Order: sequence, then structure tokens, then C-alpha cells
Amino acid sequence: MDEQITHEEAIRRLRTDMKTSSVATPFATALKIAFQSLRIRFWRSIITIAGIFFAIAFLVSVLNSAVVELAVNPDEGSQVSGTGIRFILTLLAAEPRQAWLVTMSLIVCVIGIANAMLMSVTERYKEIGTMKCLGALDIFVIELFLLESGFQGLVGSFTGALIGAALVLVSALVKHGFAVMGILPWSQMVINILLATVIGLLLTLLGASFPAYRASQMPPADAMRTEV
Amino acid sequence: MAGTQENTVRARAVRKRFPMGEGYLEALKGIDLEIKRGEYISIMGPSGSGKTTLFNMIGGLDKPSDGTVYIDEVDIAQLDAYELAWLRCRKIGYIFQTFNLIPVMTALENVTLPMIFAGLSNDEAISKGRGLLDTVGLGERWQHKPTELSGGQQQRVAIARSFANDPSIILADEPTANLDLKTGHDIIELLRKLNKEMGVTIISNTHDPSMLNVSDRIIWIRDGRVDRIEARSDIDINVGTIGGDVLGGVGSADSHGGAAGKHAMDRLTGEATNTGE
Repeated sequence: MDEQITHEEAIRRLRTDMKTSSVATPFATALKIAFQSLRIRFWRSIITIAGIFFAIAFLVSVLNSAVVELAVNPDEGSQVSGTGIRFILTLLAAEPRQAWLVTMSLIVCVIGIANAMLMSVTERYKEIGTMKCLGALDIFVIELFLLESGFQGLVGSFTGALIGAALVLVSALVKHGFAVMGILPWSQMVINILLATVIGLLLTLLGASFPAYRASQMPPADAMRTEV
Repeated sequence: MAGTQENTVRARAVRKRFPMGEGYLEALKGIDLEIKRGEYISIMGPSGSGKTTLFNMIGGLDKPSDGTVYIDEVDIAQLDAYELAWLRCRKIGYIFQTFNLIPVMTALENVTLPMIFAGLSNDEAISKGRGLLDTVGLGERWQHKPTELSGGQQQRVAIARSFANDPSIILADEPTANLDLKTGHDIIELLRKLNKEMGVTIISNTHDPSMLNVSDRIIWIRDGRVDRIEARSDIDINVGTIGGDVLGGVGSADSHGGAAGKHAMDRLTGEATNTGE
């Protein structure tokens, strides 16, 4: 009474069905869920953002202080030159102590992000499992967590870069008077702000990549677990 | 029942071992099962009998260590991750003991999520989702978040969600365990109604005796094996009216149930003391 159709036939039929109907990874839905998750854990997101904020504010203040110094005392500018990435690299090479501090603060920031995201994944075991039961692909889960952390990274780095740059500006005004405004290379300072924002965003995504991958590999059967 | 005799789930000598300490724990010791399209099946058994493991196998959530599980005659062990996601998205609907709605989404968004995964446009998904919420009696509350709904209402949303992509199988994991007796009864009625109207196969893992009353067949699992399979026609149990408690149900099984029904209820009460330990 069984074996009405053979297994090969059944699997062929299933694969034909799959060709006509796919499983989507809806970006807009992922974006919406990611935002809602951040909103519901607002204060914790603020703490994560604060970690990125301070690290990037420090990075920008180091960079732009050097820009101000170079503008005020052009003769001393020896190895440090260029703009953008080149400027950052030559500066860090010329000032190993500063380089060390900046690197440490960025590493701490990445670890903080990884920790926060791991916590977020653990806390949402059931939610992730449920989504997988509903047909979410692994890539959708990864998307979800990268969007969530990417948003935190973007907000934290950009505000951090702006505030860091503003502090440098204030200290330059206090130190050198209002006349310094005329000689500052504004474009270079803006480039530093943007670069630091991008660096912050990339580091956040780096920190979130392992937690996101782990979430995507979660077995859907975990949605059935009643504890946790 | 003509034309509905096709097996939708079939298990052949299914075994499952879990590593434990130095050796292995064998949760399933060779299960053979056939579940026909449109049936309403209850899986019963004491805690630790392996029924959750079996349930996960049938639902394509886990793969057997030995033996084969066929869903619509397809051996699920041969499917890759994408194909399994496809299967879970379109062929199987899941209902959980703890409802498992996505907390940050409204009732309607929860119901439409599987449709979005299936590639429906937003408008189609919304109109279909509203229709499903109407069917489960929550048409007015589509904008509510899960925290703003009672347990019974949340489970209704979960039922609407499980029907999102017109699955052929609904898997319900103790759907009434976290609900009071009356609400649980309403949920069972709803499942039975949907089973009848839509012809969907319902497989439910349960401790709830009122579930037995609507099941076509009851599969008793004990110690990793199928202990026995009872058809509803074999047992005639009455678990009392809505609001009546379980003990009242046992009493009525005693008074006008058949011998098999009494047997079933004895097991149930035995189980209750087992799990109470």
C-alpha cells in the first residue's frame, strides 16, 4: 500500500517545485526586525554604541590633532604626509605610542561588540529557531545580526568622529586663538571623520561576524526548547 | 477517505543516538510509522520516552542516526540546508508550546513572515494574513504585539502563522500545555476545525487528554519505541465538558468508556504521576 511513488520520483517532484518557488531573503523585513530589536533593547544598544563612540572619538582626535599641529607648525612635519589612509598610516608609523593606544582602543571596541552580539544571539535562541522553522535561510539570520550591529556601528562611529573632531577644534581654538581657523586644512579633517566612520563600521561588522555566523548555524529544533 | 490514503509522513526503523558522557543515549530504538494525509495524530508518552525526538524527526528539524524519515515520500536526510528551509517554509507549519511569536512584530507581521519568506508580495501577504487572523478569531487584533495578547490569543496567532503557506503538515508541540483548560479546549477545537476544512495533516505532541478525543489515531511512545497505536474508533473516552477537570474525565471514562478507553486513561494518570516525580 505504500510506495505509490518511488523516492526518486518524489525528490524529483520536490526539486521541480523548488525551481518554480524559491525561499526569499527579504531585506526590508530583515531591516525592520533589526530596528525593532534595537528599539526594544534601547539602553543596551546605547551602551554598545557608546563603546564604539569612544574608540572612534579617540581615533579622530589623534588624527585631527596631528592635522592641526602640522598646520600650525608646518616645518616639523617630517614623515607624516598625504591625506586619508596614507596620512593615517604615516602618522601611526611616526608616533608608535599613539599607534599603540589607538590600536588597543579599537581592539577593545571590537571585543565589546562581539560580546554584546553574542549575548543578543544567546538571548534570542528561540526567536532564531522559530524563524528557521518558518523557513528563514541561514543568510537571512546573518543579515539580521549584521544589520543590527551595522546600525549601531554607524551611529556610534559617526557621532564619535564628529564629537572627537569638535573637541580637537575647541582645543585648537583655545591653544592658538581664532586665527587658526584660517590655516586649518578643512577637507583633510572631514576626510578623517569619514574614514574613521568607515573604520568603525567595518570593525563593528568584524566583531559581529562570528556571533552572526553562530546564530545562523543554530538548529531549528532549539525553538522547541521550553527552557532558556 | 477515498483518495486520501497517501502517506504524508513515513518513518522506517528510525533510530536516534545522542552522545552522552563516554557512550551514547539511544532516544529512539527503531520507530516505524505511517501517517496518512489529512489525519489528526496525537503522539503521547511519558517524559523522556523520546516523543520530542521523534517529533523533531518528523518535522524535518533533526535527522535520524539510522533509518529514514520520508515527508511526502522524500527522504529528508538527502536534502541540503536550502531544501530543508524550503520544506519548512512551505510544507510544514509549526505550533509551539510556548507560542514563539516574534516579540518585536505585530500579530499580522508574525503571520505574514513565512509568506514573505515564500516570496509573496507585501499586499498579497497582508490580505492573506488578515484572512487567516479572521479564521482564528483575531481579525480585530492584528495590530497587537504578542505582549498585548493573552496566551490563548498568542496561540491563535501562532496557528494562523502555521497555516501561512498552506502547508500539508502541521506539527504542534504540546500546543495546549501552557494554556488553561478552557482555552486549551478552544485551541483543540480550532485545530480540529482547520484539519477538517483544509484537509491538512495535524501531528501533535501532547499530554492533554482532551486532545485524544479529536485525534484520528494516537501513537503511544514508550522507551524509544512505538508502544501501541490506537485508532479513535477503538477507544471511546469522554474527558468531560469544558471546564471539567482531568479527574472528572477519568471518572466518565470509567463509567461509560470502553475497556481500551479506560486503559488509555490509566496510562495518562500513570504518566501524570511519572512526570510529577
